[in-house]
Amino acid sequence: MENTKLIVSSTPHIRSKDSIQSIMRDVLIALTPAALMGIWYFGIKALLIIAISIASSIFFEAAFQKITKKSITITDLSAAVTGLLLAMNLPVEIPFWLPIVGAFFAIIVAKQLFGGLGQNFINPALAARAFLLASYPTPMTNFTSPTGLFANSDTVAKATSLADAVSNATPLSRLNEGAFIPEISDYIDALSGNIGGCIGETCAIALIIGGIYLLVRRVISWRIPVTYILTVFILSWFFGRTPLYELLIGGLMLGAFFMATDYSSSPVTPLGQLIMGFGCGVLTALIRSYGSYPEGVSYSILLMNLAVPLIDRYTKPKIFGEVKKNDK
Amino acid sequence: MRTLTFKRGIHPPDSKSYTDWSPIKILMPDKGLLMTIPLSQHIGAPCESLVKKGDRVLLGQKIADSSAAFSAPIHSSVSGTVTDIKPMLTPSGTMCNSIIIENDGLFEEHPSLGKDTSYASFSREKILEKIKEAGIVGLGGAGFPTHIKQNPPKEKKIDTIILNAAECEPYLTTDHRVLIEKTDRVIKGLEILLTLHPNAKGIIAVETNKPDAIAALTKSSEGNSKIEVVSVLTKYPQGSEKQMIDAVTGRQVPSGGLPADVGCIVDNVDTVLAIERAVAKDRPLMRRIVTLSGDAVKCPGNYQVRLGMSFKDFIEATGGFKEEPAKVIAGGPMMGVAVYSLDIPIIKTSSAILCFTEKAAVLPPENNCIRCGKCVEHCPMGLMPLELNSDIMADDMESFEKHHGLDCIECGSCSYICPAKRHLAQSIRTAKRNVMAMKKKK
Ligand code: SF4
Ligand code: SF4
Repeated sequence: MENTKLIVSSTPHIRSKDSIQSIMRDVLIALTPAALMGIWYFGIKALLIIAISIASSIFFEAAFQKITKKSITITDLSAAVTGLLLAMNLPVEIPFWLPIVGAFFAIIVAKQLFGGLGQNFINPALAARAFLLASYPTPMTNFTSPTGLFANSDTVAKATSLADAVSNATPLSRLNEGAFIPEISDYIDALSGNIGGCIGETCAIALIIGGIYLLVRRVISWRIPVTYILTVFILSWFFGRTPLYELLIGGLMLGAFFMATDYSSSPVTPLGQLIMGFGCGVLTALIRSYGSYPEGVSYSILLMNLAVPLIDRYTKPKIFGEVKKNDK
Repeated sequence: MRTLTFKRGIHPPDSKSYTDWSPIKILMPDKGLLMTIPLSQHIGAPCESLVKKGDRVLLGQKIADSSAAFSAPIHSSVSGTVTDIKPMLTPSGTMCNSIIIENDGLFEEHPSLGKDTSYASFSREKILEKIKEAGIVGLGGAGFPTHIKQNPPKEKKIDTIILNAAECEPYLTTDHRVLIEKTDRVIKGLEILLTLHPNAKGIIAVETNKPDAIAALTKSSEGNSKIEVVSVLTKYPQGSEKQMIDAVTGRQVPSGGLPADVGCIVDNVDTVLAIERAVAKDRPLMRRIVTLSGDAVKCPGNYQVRLGMSFKDFIEATGGFKEEPAKVIAGGPMMGVAVYSLDIPIIKTSSAILCFTEKAAVLPPENNCIRCGKCVEHCPMGLMPLELNSDIMADDMESFEKHHGLDCIECGSCSYICPAKRHLAQSIRTAKRNVMAMKKKK
């Protein structure tokens, strides 16, 4: 037994199996059911938008890192996650160049210019959605009702032109116009995703399944989604709205499980995460009740993103043994 | 029975099934082997050699001691001849003056051994003296002289002696084996300690992954109302002193304080066994129990080994390597030290030797923090490792201290859990050392 070269490294000598890549892969897996349902309801065009969005996000990330001579990190899959989330936050009736602009904004402006993964303080996909909404309001609010998997643009166009009332009717706008009291069938439609809205936000049940997957895999903690959803429920009830129905619509599940929990733009402290969920919930309920724009989820999360550094600063965990009052 | 625990922490795979079935094997060094006995195997003043080159020494003979109170004497673990006294490499990676003894294979005992065994009539002072003279230190890894730990300042009222049988480090199984094979002796050792602290009760805390040990201890301690066996959740770092006290008593050792500040003393299993042997059998500390494990060794198991045997001789005596080791760790995988040579001796604090092949030894590369918050969620001390890490990268030691960097117990939970594989614990440990060194200078 001769003395061979031994590796000397610092403790600990074992590491968990989780990596950035495995986490991002889990997020992609968790989003898949909702994405598939989006394609099912909104047609092949939804699939194309998803593909374009993911591909351009990955492209912009690689291109930026190449130009700035950083190591290229597209294999960590975070750009793919951003691309998918962006697509799921877009309505299907948009021109194909729009997701490319969105991906550029998300990856270059919101993520890389702030220093890349972990440094960006706002959620890139949501920032891009807000940017697109401000710059191209017409296509971005053209919410068609589901037309089915094999719908081509023609039939969609026909559907929209035939019934303008339906085309812009997301459940939230209907709620806000008043006189809409959801019935059992409306609940079922909202759960299964048979309602107007963005590609990936309509099928509540698929999003909940994805969210539970993330919880089970310990990718996210329960703190943000549960407080977010509970707060919206309680406040909508308090404001005399339809609390249960409100949970299923307006992208709340997508926001609560997948957007508000984005690592970079949410608090790292457990207490901070509770505050994040609560804050998002309050803002969402307020915007829905009093805002002129009914879809409150994105803006609530973006607003809370801005408060994250502050939240983190004031919610540090109690240090073990810091309080010196021990019973002797 | 109650199952207790502390806040946060992690659940690494415990990897104990490689050795937890394996009874403790007694392994004696062959004739002619060189035993290397460093003069400092504890925290405190190093010893001075009492022997010189060419001397014949006997088994159990005191061969090194110090006049300082904060120290522990050292005994020969074999009989033989002192061939040299010179600086040698130790498991911690430092050089230390060491006595080298060639084993004559006779194991001829020093006449003083085993004479004074009427321990029931011993006074408190005599017991402490026995513990000191036997050279006992914390065998769990810290190496704190036991006679000092058992004799805290008068104003600290000790009401709880905790026998720390959590054994939370993955791979380690020596405590488990001792608990089920030498149950009565462990209880006797704890009873001896309780006579030192008449107002204290003894609590044996065992992780829930050792139900056989819990059953054996409960049965064996039945007659003694001062001893309670409790189960603690299998979670790392349950065996860390502060976390153990918190779990068992609900008291938190104040930042910068000692267990005695909250009326507790925590002892390791093998240490209590050594106390029993020193006081009841009048035999000094000459051996310890070591877990040998990892995918590179042929015969993983638990071995009772003579102190001073080199890692190399020890592993060879057990059957050697199955595959070439790429990494050898002295201690557990979470807090043990990776050694760069096998020509180092087993000392009082060597609880395990783990040998890993290349496949198991290579660590993933470091990435940028993604702010997942997992390190915060799991740090048992309530620290924010990502924040400390960025303080360190900004070289801002003031902020590091303000963020309680010095409270880190170096358990490694943060590095273990971090998906970006950041070297959190490592950076914090280095920064702690630097800050402490700076403080000393001032
Ligand atoms: S910061 Fe220190 S105490 Fe906290 S998990 Fe890391 S090593 Fe353990
Ligand atoms: S666990 Fe690692 S990646 Fe996550 S917040 Fe801590 S340092 Fe950052």
